[in-house]
Order: sequence, then structure tokens, then C-alpha cells
Amino acid sequence: MSAAPILAIDALRIEYPLSEGGTLVAVEGATLTIAPGEIHALVGESGAGKTTIGNAVLGLLEKPGRIASGAIALDGKPFDPTKPGDIRLGRDIGAVFQDPMTSLNPLFTIESQIVETLRAHLPLDRRAARARALDLLRAVGMPEPERRLSAYPHQLSGGQRQRVVIACALACEPRLLVADEPTTALDVSIQAQILDLLRGLADERGIGILLVTHNMGVVAQIADTVTIMHRGHVVESGPVAQVLRRPQADYARALIGAVPRIDVRLDRFPMLDGVNQGNAETARTELRRRAGTQEIAAPAADAVPLLSVESLVVDYGAGLLSGRGSRAFRAVDGVSFEIRPGEVFGLVGESGCGKTTIANVVAGLRKPTGGTIRFDGKVIAGEAAAPRVGRARRAIQMIFQDPYSSLNARMRVGHILAEPILFYELARTRAEAAADVDLLVQAVGLPPETAQRFPHAFSGGQRQRLSIARALGARPRLIVCDEPTSSLDVSVQAQILNLLKDLRDATGLTLLLISHDLAVIRQMCDRVAVMRSGQIVEMEESETLFAAPKADYTRQLLALVPTLERIRGEADIRHGG
Amino acid sequence: MASLSRSLRRVPLSVWLAGLLALAIIAAAALSPLIAPFNPTDLTSFNLMDAELPPRFSAEGDPRFLLGTDNQGRDLLSAMLYGARVSILIGGGAVAIAAVVGVMLGLLAGYFGGWVDAVIMRIGDIILSFPTILLALLVAGVARMLFPAASSAEWAPIILVGAIAIHEWVQYARTVRAATMVESARDYVRAVKVIGLPSRQIMLRHILPNVMGPVLVIATINLAAAVLTEATLSFLGVGMPPTYPSLGTLIRIGNEFVFSGVWWIALFPALLLVLLVLGVNIVGDWLRDLFNPKLRGRG
Amino acid sequence: MLRFLIARLGQAALVMLAVAAVSFLMFRFVGDPVAGMVREDASVQEKAELRQALGLDQPVLVQFGRFLGRTIRGDFGVSYRNQRPVAALIAERLPATLELVLMATLLSLALGIPLGVLCALKPDGVAARLVQAVSLIGISTPTFVTGIVLILTFAVTLGLLPSFGRGQTVQLGPWSTGFLTVSGLKALVLPSITLALYQLTLIMRLVRSELIDVLSSDYIRFARARGLSLRRIHFTLALRNALMPVITVTGLQIGSLIAFAIVTETVFQWPGMGLLFIQAVSFSDVPVMAAYLLFVGLLFVLINTVVDLLYAVVDPRLRVKAS
Repeated sequence: MSAAPILAIDALRIEYPLSEGGTLVAVEGATLTIAPGEIHALVGESGAGKTTIGNAVLGLLEKPGRIASGAIALDGKPFDPTKPGDIRLGRDIGAVFQDPMTSLNPLFTIESQIVETLRAHLPLDRRAARARALDLLRAVGMPEPERRLSAYPHQLSGGQRQRVVIACALACEPRLLVADEPTTALDVSIQAQILDLLRGLADERGIGILLVTHNMGVVAQIADTVTIMHRGHVVESGPVAQVLRRPQADYARALIGAVPRIDVRLDRFPMLDGVNQGNAETARTELRRRAGTQEIAAPAADAVPLLSVESLVVDYGAGLLSGRGSRAFRAVDGVSFEIRPGEVFGLVGESGCGKTTIANVVAGLRKPTGGTIRFDGKVIAGEAAAPRVGRARRAIQMIFQDPYSSLNARMRVGHILAEPILFYELARTRAEAAADVDLLVQAVGLPPETAQRFPHAFSGGQRQRLSIARALGARPRLIVCDEPTSSLDVSVQAQILNLLKDLRDATGLTLLLISHDLAVIRQMCDRVAVMRSGQIVEMEESETLFAAPKADYTRQLLALVPTLERIRGEADIRHGG
Repeated sequence: MASLSRSLRRVPLSVWLAGLLALAIIAAAALSPLIAPFNPTDLTSFNLMDAELPPRFSAEGDPRFLLGTDNQGRDLLSAMLYGARVSILIGGGAVAIAAVVGVMLGLLAGYFGGWVDAVIMRIGDIILSFPTILLALLVAGVARMLFPAASSAEWAPIILVGAIAIHEWVQYARTVRAATMVESARDYVRAVKVIGLPSRQIMLRHILPNVMGPVLVIATINLAAAVLTEATLSFLGVGMPPTYPSLGTLIRIGNEFVFSGVWWIALFPALLLVLLVLGVNIVGDWLRDLFNPKLRGRG
Repeated sequence: MLRFLIARLGQAALVMLAVAAVSFLMFRFVGDPVAGMVREDASVQEKAELRQALGLDQPVLVQFGRFLGRTIRGDFGVSYRNQRPVAALIAERLPATLELVLMATLLSLALGIPLGVLCALKPDGVAARLVQAVSLIGISTPTFVTGIVLILTFAVTLGLLPSFGRGQTVQLGPWSTGFLTVSGLKALVLPSITLALYQLTLIMRLVRSELIDVLSSDYIRFARARGLSLRRIHFTLALRNALMPVITVTGLQIGSLIAFAIVTETVFQWPGMGLLFIQAVSFSDVPVMAAYLLFVGLLFVLINTVVDLLYAVVDPRLRVKAS
């Protein structure tokens, strides 16, 4: 800490003047410093102001936002990021954004994008710049760098593109790198590589990195120091080990407590979500009475399966007019599993492994290419299946990933929730349906006036509750949950997962949970299937799988997930301490 | 939605004025039988002796005719009001038919995909590879050859509506198809598919209201375009007959007299036409920016 | 690439076939092809013989086949109105229309792109607002009104420029050009401005909206974060992305311009194909109408196909996916 910090932010206040008059204060009194070679994580949930600070340092605040007061200094020299001066963006400060798919201009080659960055700041001729570009691609671990130079962005994978983005950011050897959610759009295995790369850059070149992220696991894994933000304010700041192990502020404690743990299964997420719990309890009991479910015993291994999937195969693009020609893509390749009544069954894997396709087939959104699915003994998908139209679909319902698109914005919530009830004739009159809707709304912990409002009046978490209520309205026996919490903030995720657990306990529902998040799977599931490239690589009781993974792929995944428990510097296996 | 209704409350003055202007012209045209000084379609109401009188404010003006008379002695103002009514009815009719047909076909193509989509969109592609005006000229021209009655005052409007709509529906179909494909992939549609609602109900009750925004924009801009197309056809002589003139027919008549210094027969109807179309276009333009999230909030 | 090429050419052939079918149906069923070819007082016997000689008693598909054969040989029949081969009439009128369209395209691109860029980069500036307002008036004014106003101002009142015809032309082989004489160039001024005006506003508005879209994209944000100069970001990176759709639209617009030339040519009595066509429509001269349709259809399809292929060459995403 003897050297001057690379970046010093002092009492920063960022405002957005509103067109109706008044101002919105996005960040208030933010202070932090980054030493050479230090990775400083800026974490918080959406709306915390963490990205705003990153943008402010880069001089890229969205209009009409502005720095109202406070100071930003690089190497001890204060500067105004919005004005060209001694400190130049691209030369002294590099930036890495979230989505490598859109960060690169699709019309220019990799070479020209790196070279133009170099030549914008350094007196290099074309040949020297090209040689430098090649060095940079090597430095960021790009395979076959010579060949990649002449490639266009769309010819590279997501991880490779993010390497190019980092190469551009490093081109002029900046002192500081601002990385805004650099791995959020990437799969776990690619994420691990990019995180390694960033860590290496800090360690070897002494670059300071401001890492903006929402992922506590990433923080634990590579950051040295962390600042937790909440609604524009710094809540807590300090060395990672100290803040994550012994958070002082209430919000920091709640936030860290809400992060699902991968090392041990907890009964519930420890948090205060007691809105209307009393009412919710009664409502759930009533739901259960109506559903007429039998007493719930612990799911027994010898129980008759509720759902059984046999050698399921799904091809995409095999149709005559699909435009892909004859090349079909096999998304699911001979998958078999069974779900017992009352259990929570997890399907986990990286993007493109086929898990969502399975969810769609089970829910009846897509026909399988081959194999059969039986529900309660009856064939519901496959060659011998009767067409699943109308009421035949009632027993299997679904909840979706994106809470912002899963409710029709033009219909009142009451109308949305009543639709399945009326369609399945679970209520004789509209008034009866309305009563059912009220009950459902209470059961998911929302206030009674909810039904009168439109979806836009609700937050992401509340919308996800409504989505669950809609599924429950059909009085289903199986609910397919497709990444139900992956677009939610971590504290909201904890509430929704607790809600699902409570509902399961109260009504004896069976859940098929699709997720890419191993920790969520561990917290929720009784049994788990790990998928890769359309096939199941391992299927096991959840606790057994996490305690002693058998398949190499499972072990690899578990080793790569950045977790809260694996705090850098403490028993760090991957960086040698 | 919230931001949309907020921007609705901040309608710029120019858009207000344009909207009022367009509405005023439409209202005057609709009420033309009541407010026009003469009935230009009544042969007994005008006299060839009054032909080509200049507007009242010029030296040789006649106090009876505010904007002068045309080549047959008709009061130009009355002819313009009646003409605007014809133009708007034909333009509006074409937009209504094109919108209904286009929205339905677009919904079907976007929702079902596959061959339904392929057939509808290929037909649309072929139609769109011809400019509106050429296709409309062909339809109107061929119709005249096949049925001599097509150029009569009764049939000409119907032919014109068809000639314009045959091209315009494709635009709605394309837009609605694209929007439907986006909406169909969204979770609220997947949710009702899981419930098992019939396709018709999903399309009409769930998807349709969510794709109507762009349709409204296209319809507004198209109304302007359809009025222009009608005027062009009439100007070229395949539109409304001189006995029952639209604005385009009046300009066509006036064009023959431009060189002899009789400028008003062409110019006043042209001015009214441009004002009407401009008013509608300004509103349409503003609506388009309103529905384009990338442009919203950029002043 | 080959696949894409074949698919694209297949589509072009399909459109051409559809156009030919419409053209054939018009030729065959609208009006009586025999009536236009014989004397007024021809007997029923004579007409029937001619009918047979023309093959009009054959099945429709056979007739269509023959029609296609004749068309490919460049035989479009004889105009009812002036009893001359339609192909010769079109060849005579073609240069006038193409020169007009060429001038209009150049004008609209030369003015439309810079104005569009101006409006996108400084959307709140006085100039941009003025241009926007004028452009709205531009798209709200029908071509023929623009033409009439220009004639009234520059020909009738000021007497500066001619209001009709092509002026003096020079014959270069089969091509008659107005580019080489002063009167030819003067005659071109008003019609080409009239024709260009609408396209100009279209291109300007397209450049504006595309550029605004591109400027809000992530890769432009990233380019700023790399410290590139604003000038380079705006004029090299963003403009290149924004001009991609402009290529398509300009190509398609050349097609529309040929059609819109019908109106301009009518107003200015410009002796091009459009005037030929509109006269054919008013005289029910079916062979000329059918041939014009075929010819313009062919031009459109050619232009569209070339534009699509060009697009594939320019856009690396398409280029590489296709190979």
C-alpha cells in the first residue's frame, strides 16, 4: 500500500436530471481505491449503482447522467473522464464489457479492431501494430492467434471474443482495467478461464482491475478487495476474506446469506421474507385441500414414477422448410430419467446442453423426434401418444426464466391468473375463479389488491411469484421450472426458492427444476441429472452427487464454479496461495 | 407501458398542431355536403360561363367563388372539399382493408411458421418487388379494360381501394409476422401454450394486442401514403373521373391550364393535399419514434 | 456461397416467372389480341384463321410456353396504337428513362447521406431540425405536385429552364443521350430534381435512423472505451455499419425510381418508358403494357438480385456463413 493507488475515487456523486424536474441520485458518496495488481470487486444487486461507477470512470455515463461532485484520480492525478486530457481512455484505462457478442464491430476483422486501438494511441506503423496485435492475442491465451487475426467476430466463440475484447483493452498497457460483468454472459468453464486470465494480468503486469459484478462467487474467487453497494451507497468495503466471512452491515449479511451454498444443503435460505406469512400459510393449506393430494411422505426410492422419460431424442431444423437444409442439430440425444411423486428433480448443465429442450418437451411445447414420455403411466409424448390438446395438459404446468416477459403486459393480473382456472373449468363462475385467484395471490405472498393491477406494477421477484401462482391455478401435479431464478437478484432468488420449497412442502407438488447453477440445484433438489451435449453424464441422489461426484465432467464443473467458500488467499487451490 | 403513457403526456406542440390540422381537414371533408357553398357533383349548380374565374382576392375575382372556379365553372373550394372526402375515403378504405388482411396473414405466418409462412411471405415478396404505383396502375388499368364500368364514379373508388391495398397489406403482414415471432417466443405465450389454449385464442387475445403498436404506426403513415397514391393515380388519369373528382383529379385538370397562367386550379387542391398528408405524416412520424425504444427519450 | 447464390437466383427466376405469367394473362385475356392485328372489316373467317395462325386455339399452357419463347427472343408483339414492334419502342425510350433515373439516384445519394449523418449526429441542432422538417414536407408532397410547382416557378414564371422534353440529344449507336448538349442537360434539371426529391428524403431518413441505432450499440460504446477518436467512430466505424441497409434500399429504390418516372415523365412530357406506358394504359395498348411490365420486372429482379449478392459480398457475416 506504499505506492500511490492506481485508482482513487473520492466521495463520488452521480446524478441523472429527470425530464419531469428533480434529479435521481444514482451514486452517493462512493469512495474506493485500487492499488497496483489489485482486483477490486464492486458488487451489488441491480440498481445498486455499481455499473454507473464503472461507466463514470470510463466517461461513458448514459445521457443525461453526470458526475455532480467528488473526484476520480489515476496514479494520484485527478482527471475528468468526460474530457480529453492527460488521462486517455483506451491508453491509460481499458474497458471490458459484459457481452462479447456485441462488443466487437461485426464488419471489421479482429486485426483491424486491435490495430486501430493501438494506432489511435501509439506511434506504430501497420507492421509493428500487427506484430503487437499478435503478441496481445498470445498474451490473452487465444488459440492459433495468427489465424484469428484475419477472422471476423462472428467466427469466434463467446470466450474467444471476450479474449479479443480483453486484448483490445490491454493494447496500450493501461494502468487500470474496468471490467463490467466480464463473465456473466459466459458458461462456467469459459468463465473460469477468463477469470484466470484477469487474475494473471493483475499479478504479472500489476494492472489494477475494477471488477463490476453481481456474482459473489466470482468475487470470492479472484478479487482482493470488495465494495458492496446498495441503492447507490457503499454499504461495506474491505479485504474479500474479511467482508465475505464476517460482514458487518445488515445488508451485507443478508446479501451474503442469500447466496446459495454449494458446500452444504440448508433447509431454507436464512432471511426475513415474512410478508403475509400467516395468510400465505392458510392459503396454502386451502390449496392443498382442494388439490386433494394425499399425505406427503418423503419421496421413496421404490415409488411409482410420476414422470418417466425414455430414450428421448430431439432434433432441431430437420423440417423440410426450416432453411437449414438437411443438417439437423441433435439437441437431446437418448435421455432417460424418472421423477417420483413429491420429489424435486434437477437437470443441470451448461448452455446448449439440451436441458431447456427437455423442459419444453415435457411441458408439451415441442414434439420429440424419438422416445416416449409417460406421465402417471399414460404416454403423453412419443409415437403412441394421444395429442395433448386442451385440458389434457392441466397436470403439467411450467414457470419460466424471464419474469418480465412471462406475463402478458396488456392483461390485468387477475385476468392472467384466472385464464387457466376458467379454461380447465376448475371454477364454475367468474366469481369463483376470482376467489381462487385471491387465494393463489395470497399463497405466493402477495397483497390481495394484486389482481386489479397490470404486470408492470410489479418487480421481477413479484412477477415470478405471479408466474408461480398462474401455474398453481391449474392445480397441476408437476411443475417444470425452467431457470426460474437466473434473471433475478440473489436476495430475490432466495425468496423465490424459499417459496417453491414452502409450496412443495404444503401441497406435495413435484418439481422438475432446470438450472445452470449448481448451488441452486444443491439447495433445491432431491435427485440430480448432469447433462452435457444432449446426454446425461451422471444421475444421482443430490447429496451423493455433490459429496462424491463420479463422472469427470461433474467433477470438473464442481471444481470450476466460483463459490463463496473458495476465498482467494485462503486454501486457494488454483493459484497456489 | 408506464414510460409510453408518460411520453403520451408530453406530446410536442408541432404534433398537436399537425394532428389538429389533419383532423380539421378530415372533418371539413366529411361535412362537405353541409359546409361547401356548392355541390360540385350537381350539374345544375354550375355554369360554363363561370369557368376559370380566379380567386376572390385577385383583381378579376368573383365574390361567389372564394378560391375561384375550375374549367367547367365549378366552385373550386366546394370541389376541393368534396374531392378531399373522396381522397380520404379511398385512402382510409385501402388502409383498413390492407391492415385487416395484412395483420391476419402476418399473425398466421408468424405463429405457425413452416409452409404457411413460406407461402404468405413469398407472395408478399413478389408483390413488394413492384413499387406501389406500378402495381396500382396495372390493377386500375387492367380493371378498366376488363369492365368499362370501372371508370365510373361508382366503381372507380372500389377499384382504387383494391389497387392500393393489394400492395400495402404486405407491409403489415411483414411487420406483424416479425413481431408475432418475437412474441411467440416470449414466455407469456409459452405459458398459455403450456396451458393448452387453442391457437386462435392465443393469437387473437394474447399476441394481437401486443403487436398492435407498430400496426398503428404503419397505418398512420400508410394513410398518408395511400392518399398520395390515390392522388397520383387520379392525376395519371386512371383514378376518379372528372365528374366526381378527387384531389388528384382536380390537380390533373389544373395541370392542363398551368401554362396559360391559370395556376389556382392545380395549386389550391395540391396545397390541401400536401397539408393533409403532412399533418398525418407528422403524427405518424412521432408515433414511430414513440414506439422505437432506441429513439425514445432522445428528444 | 454457392448455395446462397443458387437460392437467390432460384427466387429471382420464380419472380420472373410470376411476372411473365401476369404479363401473359394480360396479353392473352385483356382485350382481344386478334382485334388489334386485323383490319376493322375483317370477316369472322379471317379472324379465325389468324387466331389459328397465332396459336390462340392451343391449350393455355402451350400458349404460355410459346409466349415465354417469344419473350426470350425479344419479340414482345406489335403495339396496337402505332403498329410498331414493342421491342423497338422500348429500346427507343429506354435511354431517356435510365438517364433520368441515374441523375436522380446520384442526386439523392449525394445529398441524402450527408444530411442523414448530420441529423443523426446532432439531432437537437437547428440544422438537423430544419432538415427534418423539410424532409417531412418532402415525403408529404406527391411527385407531380413538386413537378408542377417547379414548372410554375422555373419555367412559367422565371423562364429559366425548359418544362418539357429532353432538349437536343446526341445519338451514340443505339443510345440517345442528353448528357452531351447544353439543352439536354438543362432539360434534365427539373425532372431529375422532381424524381430525386422523394428518394432523397427516404435515404436521408434511413441513414439517420440506422446511424442512431448503430451509435447506441455496444460495439460503438466499446470503441469509445478503446479511446478511438469520435471522428473515426462516427465516420469510419458507425457509418459503415449504417450504410449496409442503405445499399439495399438504394438498389430497391432504383427500381421504384423507374416506376415513379411514370409520374415525372407525365408531368414533364419526358419521352421515356413511363410516358410510353401511361399512354398505353389510356389507349388499352395491351402489348406495350405487358412488355413494359415484363421489362420493368426483369430490371427489378436483376437489381434486387445484384443488391443481395453485393450485400453478401460486403457483409462478412453473410459472406462467411455462406461459404
